[in-house]
Amino acid sequence: MTDLPTTHVNLKGVLTSSAPTADHSEGMSYLQSVPRRLVTLYLPLSIIVFVLLFPFYWMGLTAVKPDAQLLDMDTYSPFWTWNPTFKHFYKLLFESHYPMWLWNTMYVAVCATFLSIVASVLAAYAIVRLRYKGANVVGGLIFLAYLVPPSILFIPLATVVFQYGLFDSPLALILTYPTILIPFSTWLLMGYFKTIPFELEECALIDGASRWQILIKIVLPLAVPGLISAFIFCFTLCWNEFIYALTFLQSVQNKTVPVAIVNEFVDGDVYRWGSLMAGALAGSLPLVILYAFFVEHYVSAMTGAVKE
Amino acid sequence: MADIAFAPAKAKSQIREATSWDQLKHNHNWLGFWFMVPAMAFLILFLAYPLGLGVWLSFTDTKIGRVGQFIGYENYEWLWDDAVFWLSVFNTLLYTFLASAIKFGIGLYLALLLNENMPFKAMLRAMVLIPFIVPTVLSALAFWWIFDSQFSIISWSLKHLGLISQNINFLGDTTWARICVIFANIWRGVPFVAITLLAGLQTVSPSLYEAATLDGASRWQMFRHITYPLLTPIIAVVMTFSVLFTFTDFQLIWAMTRGGPVNATHLMATLSYQRAIIGGQLGEGAAIASAMIPFLLGAIMISWFGLQRRKWQQGESND
Repeated sequence: MTDLPTTHVNLKGVLTSSAPTADHSEGMSYLQSVPRRLVTLYLPLSIIVFVLLFPFYWMGLTAVKPDAQLLDMDTYSPFWTWNPTFKHFYKLLFESHYPMWLWNTMYVAVCATFLSIVASVLAAYAIVRLRYKGANVVGGLIFLAYLVPPSILFIPLATVVFQYGLFDSPLALILTYPTILIPFSTWLLMGYFKTIPFELEECALIDGASRWQILIKIVLPLAVPGLISAFIFCFTLCWNEFIYALTFLQSVQNKTVPVAIVNEFVDGDVYRWGSLMAGALAGSLPLVILYAFFVEHYVSAMTGAVKE
Repeated sequence: MADIAFAPAKAKSQIREATSWDQLKHNHNWLGFWFMVPAMAFLILFLAYPLGLGVWLSFTDTKIGRVGQFIGYENYEWLWDDAVFWLSVFNTLLYTFLASAIKFGIGLYLALLLNENMPFKAMLRAMVLIPFIVPTVLSALAFWWIFDSQFSIISWSLKHLGLISQNINFLGDTTWARICVIFANIWRGVPFVAITLLAGLQTVSPSLYEAATLDGASRWQMFRHITYPLLTPIIAVVMTFSVLFTFTDFQLIWAMTRGGPVNATHLMATLSYQRAIIGGQLGEGAAIASAMIPFLLGAIMISWFGLQRRKWQQGESND
């Protein structure tokens, strides 16, 4: 576990090839001729990237196509449109509950992420630095909690949520999402805390600082990249979450984007495809934008738990 | 005299420091406890307790709105004779096995391709990850539209290429529906596998490849004897996660087929949702969900040994 600092450098290198220490790939590519590289590298790569990105092109195109062109594939080429329309987005934003669903998703995601990170910071610090009796066991248990999937929990949780009187309220999600987020972010933050020199804390202890002061004034400022990673990953997971939101929420106004789109737009009516794709696109955009700004953090968060 | 007076004072200060350190050491357990309270409260109230409750529910005949009675193994006996349940087990195993194997194959291949030196490398790597970031349900809807029975772009393209004469009924035909959901799962999972393995690949020292080249090793030999052994630990962990989350997948199926046609794509998770929440048979649904636990335990064991092996390979102690 001592390899974490180098690990993070390498993870950064995955997406920023400018980092000289991280990238070993320059090596021996000159040994290959250009036509050979074309067949062994560029061709398969472009096929895979095309397949990975095509659904988004298709989503975007459908979202701006007029309905008539959408369903008449003989007169119009399905791959392009010369008359894009924003009617679907207009309908989405002004004639449906979509803004409210977006707000619900945002609200739940921010609250659950915040709660989880507070709990994870405390837990990770205690496991790594306080080294209390049984810290290793608790660390292992938290890792195991990460492996318990929501698919086997949602039925008993539904009864629990009902008993606590939280059914059909955003609070049900805000309180249950942390069980998914805490294990992951604790594990991630443990890795970051280990990279902070212990001597800094010893000095502060000798100067008479309390554990709380050390955590707030020394450890947290140094762990900001880790906190950003944890935040982004937790936020993404919340935004993605489906089964709890599907089970615990009932009224249309309370739903989150993924559940609402599946339930409210899908009624077998073919004329809704435009709105459906517009909704899917608009629901994905916030995450893609967030991701674009924090790519490196995202990747280190994603692989962080695996690396540990 | 001055010396004598000084010495005890010094000793005293040493003792005081020692005791404050001791005190801190003794307090560690209590401090640790208080720091753990928030995380533990969440995990016990909303994870450990429901997990136990779920197993308990599977032994009762609880229905929505009615507290159940303990009925022993009856739910399980019932499931044992239920063809749809066994079909869902078969589907889940097929789905997990095929999707994980292909995800691994393509993910590793993609990681090796992305590890090469080429223009726009950073941008390409960032773009590859997008399917993983977009909410699964929303991308599943895109696939729903791509696989539409009437307006599928795939059917259209194949028809215009003259390869087929009829639209393919992608999500209405049992075999095609299975292929489609597995494809969507692979599409979503490949970026995760690829980027994680790429991170692993970058820790392999290039000097090993240089040495192998000088010794006249072929590309396959280099992969087999350098890349693969060094990647094994991370492969073990990534694939355990991949298997675990594919096995318990719910949202992709629910958004694309809801288990249909004729239950051909029902996984254990979707079947338990259908029986418990839509059908109201909480006890039976809980039994289906609990039936997943042995499989998950198996995967966790593999993950555990994978991690252990990794530590051992790095020559680290188990701290």
